[in-house]
Order: sequence, then structure tokens, then C-alpha cells
Amino acid sequence: MSKQAKVSIKGLYKIFGATPEAMLSAVYDGIGKDDLLEQHGHVLGLQDINVDMAPGETTVIMGLSGSGKSTLIRHLNRLIEPTAGEVLIDGENVLDYDEAQLRRLRQEKMSMVFQKFALLPHRTVLQNAAMARIVRGEEEADAEKAAAKWLDRVGLAGFEDHYPHQLSGGMQQRVGIARALASDSDIMLMDEAFSALDPLIRTDMQDLLLELQEELHKTIVFITHDLDEALKLADHLVILKDGYVVQQGEPQHILLNPNDPYIEDFVSDINRARVLRVRSVMKPINGTTSFEGVVDADDNLEKLIEISGGDTTHAYKVQRDGEDVGVLKMKDLVRALVPAVPSSDENTLR
Amino acid sequence: MATYDGMFEALGLSDWCEKDSSGGPMTMAQLLAQSNGGAEEKTPFWETPFPSLDELNQSCDAIARTRDMTSWVENLFLSVKDGLKLVLDPITQPLSWALDGSLWLFETLPWFVVIPALLLIVWFATRSLALVGGVAVSFLFLAFIDHYTPAIQTLSIIFVCTGFSVALGVPIGILMSRSDTLQRISLPVLDMLQTLPTFVYLIPLIFLFSVTESKLYGVAIILYAIVPVIRLTDLGIRLVDKDVIEAADAFGMTSRQKLFGVQIPLALPNIMAGVNQTIMMSLAMVVIASLVSAPGLGVLVLRGIRNLELGVGLVSGFGIVLLAILLDRVTKASLNRINAAQPR
Ligand SMILES: Nc1ncnc2c1ncn2[C@@H]1O[C@H](COP(=O)(O)OP(=O)(O)O)[C@@H](O)[C@H]1O
Ligand SMILES: [Mg+2]
Repeated sequence: MSKQAKVSIKGLYKIFGATPEAMLSAVYDGIGKDDLLEQHGHVLGLQDINVDMAPGETTVIMGLSGSGKSTLIRHLNRLIEPTAGEVLIDGENVLDYDEAQLRRLRQEKMSMVFQKFALLPHRTVLQNAAMARIVRGEEEADAEKAAAKWLDRVGLAGFEDHYPHQLSGGMQQRVGIARALASDSDIMLMDEAFSALDPLIRTDMQDLLLELQEELHKTIVFITHDLDEALKLADHLVILKDGYVVQQGEPQHILLNPNDPYIEDFVSDINRARVLRVRSVMKPINGTTSFEGVVDADDNLEKLIEISGGDTTHAYKVQRDGEDVGVLKMKDLVRALVPAVPSSDENTLR
Repeated sequence: MATYDGMFEALGLSDWCEKDSSGGPMTMAQLLAQSNGGAEEKTPFWETPFPSLDELNQSCDAIARTRDMTSWVENLFLSVKDGLKLVLDPITQPLSWALDGSLWLFETLPWFVVIPALLLIVWFATRSLALVGGVAVSFLFLAFIDHYTPAIQTLSIIFVCTGFSVALGVPIGILMSRSDTLQRISLPVLDMLQTLPTFVYLIPLIFLFSVTESKLYGVAIILYAIVPVIRLTDLGIRLVDKDVIEAADAFGMTSRQKLFGVQIPLALPNIMAGVNQTIMMSLAMVVIASLVSAPGLGVLVLRGIRNLELGVGLVSGFGIVLLAILLDRVTKASLNRINAAQPR
């Protein structure tokens, strides 16, 4: 990454308990989560988190329930104070902020979408969407004009005067998204924003987010425990376990090179052909001359299997924006479809 | 000879006991014993008295008697009373003004102004024609049997005391909801105010305030009736959805914006339930407060008890029941309107 990170987390630790600072040295010495709880009665929430989030990208933080995802995302706007470490936003350490600066950060630079929507039940959809702007002191009429625009954008035109409880879960979360977008903040924090929704509506919402992101290029921090969702949305994937980062990087890379049994378990039961893309499996063109056809670097492997009719002897030229970038041999493709180490109990972690 | 003589001798305290023996007045028991010729029978073991102050005093004059102790308490209270009065008098003065002013207003305005005004208030609070009708019939009936003035006096006192209870109780409840320490300290006090028989705290109040001042009964009513508003404001704010509070924080609300824009509106159903209870408790207390010169229907009930005027007592008692039902119905109906306007 050559650009300056929009959000940069450095050496972040969070210990829950009566005297977290006193526990730091033990944690620096590498005491585990279980031992810390057993011997000192403190919960190790996060340990040595280092993540850079590039501007305009979606960083997905994935992990099982209790792995510290919510704790981590709440450090970005300091809803939770860290025990040690730094959180830099546009190069400024937000931990140095005083109350007024912190409020400005929350009002102008960051917005948040919540798993349980967290809308104001006594306010209309329009008033909810306008909340961020009203909080920072804009005229109600102006704020509501902007809010109405975003409600329209997320497909809620005509529902302005409804109350949240009159809407379905999916629609309520659209209000949540409109509320976040209406604040015009660069950074959007989404804590399991779609986890409470039915699968079909969830897919709709993911598509909506991708579509919005296409034109808005916000820096999105998205939390999920669902690998399919993570792979669909992530530019950068961070996998969290017991409060530490197991692996982070380009999602396709993690999928092909999991460095931990925890991740192998995660990735073992997904449809790899649908998730993996040609660009992740292709090889450089080293003299290969006979191609069965031309494919796009961003095609998924499922599509290639269909094109090839299952013939493993085929090779295809890979192009991106009309330029040759590599070659895809069907043999490599088949190999990529098998997880690195097949897991024996693949369902335990879901 | 008294039962515990031996004990003081055994402890070698006889001298100390004798030393400042006061020739103070004797208790009735001593007097009786003396007039019986001081017969020195030995107390049978089974009748050994409890070593109380009076009993010990018989053996050892240096130990005070219970009636000395109560007079100390009285003197102590009287000595701090002036200091307390100096502080309490000015801050409770507005209460007297409000009570007297409101009574004056209700009594001066003619009935054909007051009753329609009440009906209008009921209409705006409940939007229920049935309730307006009920209130109209009840008041016309009370007026017809010449109980209009005491009923309106009782109502006036309830209005003022409820107003003060809400004005003080809601902020106290808000403070309590923000501090666990304050809540831990306040809850036992609130429990005590609510469980103490009301007569018990009338006593110190009578000494603190003169019976001629309306704030005496005002304070008594408020002390008793303020508890539910405080409790339910505290509870209501604590029960506000944590996720919504987190959202308010995440969007950078100031604590003022959060209080008035989120916490109080969402706690409103609970706060109003507290106001309903406060009104009902004011009514209960305004009757008892007639003992300390509160005007209204309670005075008639009291007359019924004192003079055994059964009819007076029963009719005014019925008037109180009527008021209670009306107040409860009207506040519940407006509470329901608030709940309906604020769906969850
Ligand atoms: N306030 C707290 N006090 C003590 N432990 C906490 C607190 N908040 C979170 N934890 C612990 O921190 C860990 C991570 O929690 P959380 O961030 O909510 O996980 P996730 O969002 O990934 O499900 C859990 O073990 C949880 O019990
Ligand atoms: Mg969580």
C-alpha cells in the first residue's frame, strides 16, 4: 500500500477488569487469554492488534463470536478506551483527543451502523436519517433535505414519515445505512450490520453496499462472522481469534494460503469455485501459446469450469482491461479447488 | 433493693454509682414500692426484669433513666432546630406561596369557571369524552352535596405538591441514574420514606415548621409522594436501550443532547407512570395531612372520626374515593396516549 492509511491501528491492547494496567506486563510476556482469566480474573479483549486500512477500501474483520470484533471496532471511535496502543486516523492519534475533538471526530469523520439498528424509536425515519446532521447543529430543514436524498438512495423514498417499528428489519437497516451516509463521513463502521437479517435480504443489502461503495469510495470497516459475506465485501480481510490477528491480507490470498488451522476450518466449507477468481490462480505467460479462449481476471472459477466444460487440459489467456496478464491452466484451477489441508470437522466452527 | 444491685457491687462500681446520685424525681414504680413500705422482697428468678435504663438506674443512680434520655433527644433536636430552620425556612417558602396561592385561586374563581377549566384540562390530557363526562358528573355531584370547596381544596393541594414532586423528583432521578454510588445511597432513603408510617415524620415536621404555615403539610406530602417519580425516572433512564445510547454516543451527541433527545423521551412512559403514582400518594397523604391543618376533604373525614359524625365521615370519604378514581383514570389515560405516541 503506497497511500497513507486512513485508519491505522498500532500495538493495540485491551484488557477488561479491575486493574487492566497492572496486567499489561503479564500480557506483554505472552500470557494467554485463558490463563489471564484464570490467574488474574481479567479478560484479554485484544492483544497486539496492528492493522492499516487504506482509504476507499473495505476492511472486513472476521472472527467467531467473542473473538473481539466489536471491541476492536469500538476503539476506532473510542466508544471503548484501549489499555495500550494507538489509533491513528488520517495520521492523528485519536487517543490524544480531548472530549470536544473526539465529538467532532464522531460527528464528522465517522459514522456507525449497528447490528440491532439502534434507531431512535420515537423519531420518524426521516428524523433518524437526519440525526447525524442535527447532532452537529445543522438546521433541521437542511438536515432533513440531505437525509431524504439518502433515504431515496437506499430505496426508502416514501417511508420518511414512518416510525422505525413500522418497517421490516431489512428496511430498518436501510435507515441505519442512510443515517450513516447522510453524515457525509469518510469512514463508516459497520458492526455485524447484516447479521440480524434473513439470508435473502442480507444478500440484497450486501449488493446495496457494494453498489454504494462503487460510487462513494468510503473507508468501510465491516464486521462479520460469515466468511461468504467477508469474501464478497472485503478488499482487505483481517481474521481475529481470541483477541489477536491470526492472518490478514488480500482475501483470495488468505483463502489459498491459510496460515492457521482456525482459518482452514473457516475456509473449508465454502464454495471455493464461486469465491476464487482467475487472477488468484493464474500463472505468468511463460511461452504458452495455445489458448482455448480468453477470460477476464476477475471471473470466478465456477464460470471457467462452465466455459471449459470440465476439460482439465485446457488453458486460457487471462486479460484485464484488454491486456494480457497471465495464463490459467485448468489443472491449476482444479488444484486450487481443494483446500490446503482438508479439515476433519468442518462444521464445528460455524 | 433492686435486681441489679449485686452486679454493680461485683463490678466494683458502687462508688461511681453513688457519686453523682441525682435526687431527681422518682419513677412511678419507685413511688409505688415506697408507698408499699419498701418491702424488700427478693424478685423471683422468673420475673427478672430486662436490664433497661430505668431498671439499672434503680441500682445505680449514675445511669440515666429513659425519660432523661428522651428529653436529651428533645433538647438535641430543639438545639439543631433553629439552625435547620434557618436553612429550611427560606428554601421551603416558595412551597407555602404556591399552596396558598393555588388555594386562593381555586377558591376565588367561581365554580362555573373552575369546573369547565378542569374539564378542558381532562380533554387535552386524555382526548376521551367519557372521562370528561365522568369528571363533569362527579364534580357537579360533589358541588350539589356542598362538598365542592373541600374537594377543590384537596385537588389544589395535590396539583401543587405533584408539581413540586415532579420538578424535584425528575432531576433527582436523572442524577441517580447517572451514578451508581448515588443510587446506592438514595435507595434506602427512598425505601424509608415510603415505608415509614406517615405519622412518624409528621412529628419532627411539626417542630420544624409552624402549624400555621401551609408548607408544613406541603413538605409532608411531598416527602411521601416524591418517591415514585424519583424511582421510576431512575429506572426509566437506566432501562433505555443500551444500543440506542451507544448509537447516540457514536454520532457524537453531547450528554445534553442525549438526555433531552434520547433518554428522557424514551424514559417518558416510566416517568409518567411515576407521576401517576405520585398523584395517588399525594391524595392519600393530603387526607392524613389534615391532622396538621391541611384543608380539604380530609378535614371532614377527621371531623367524622373525632366527633363520631358517621355521615360526614362516610360522605367525605366517598368524595375522596371519587377523586382517587378520577385522578387515576385521567392520568392513566394520558399515560396511554404517551405510550401510543411512542411505540417500541
Ligand atoms: N465490558 C466487558 N467486560 C469484560 N469482558 C468483555 C467486555 N466486553 C467484551 N468482553 C469480552 O471480550 C471478548 C470479545 O467480545 P466482543 O468484542 O463483543 O466479541 P465479538 O464482537 O467478536 O463477538 C469476549 O470474550 C467478551 O466476553
Ligand atoms: Mg459483536
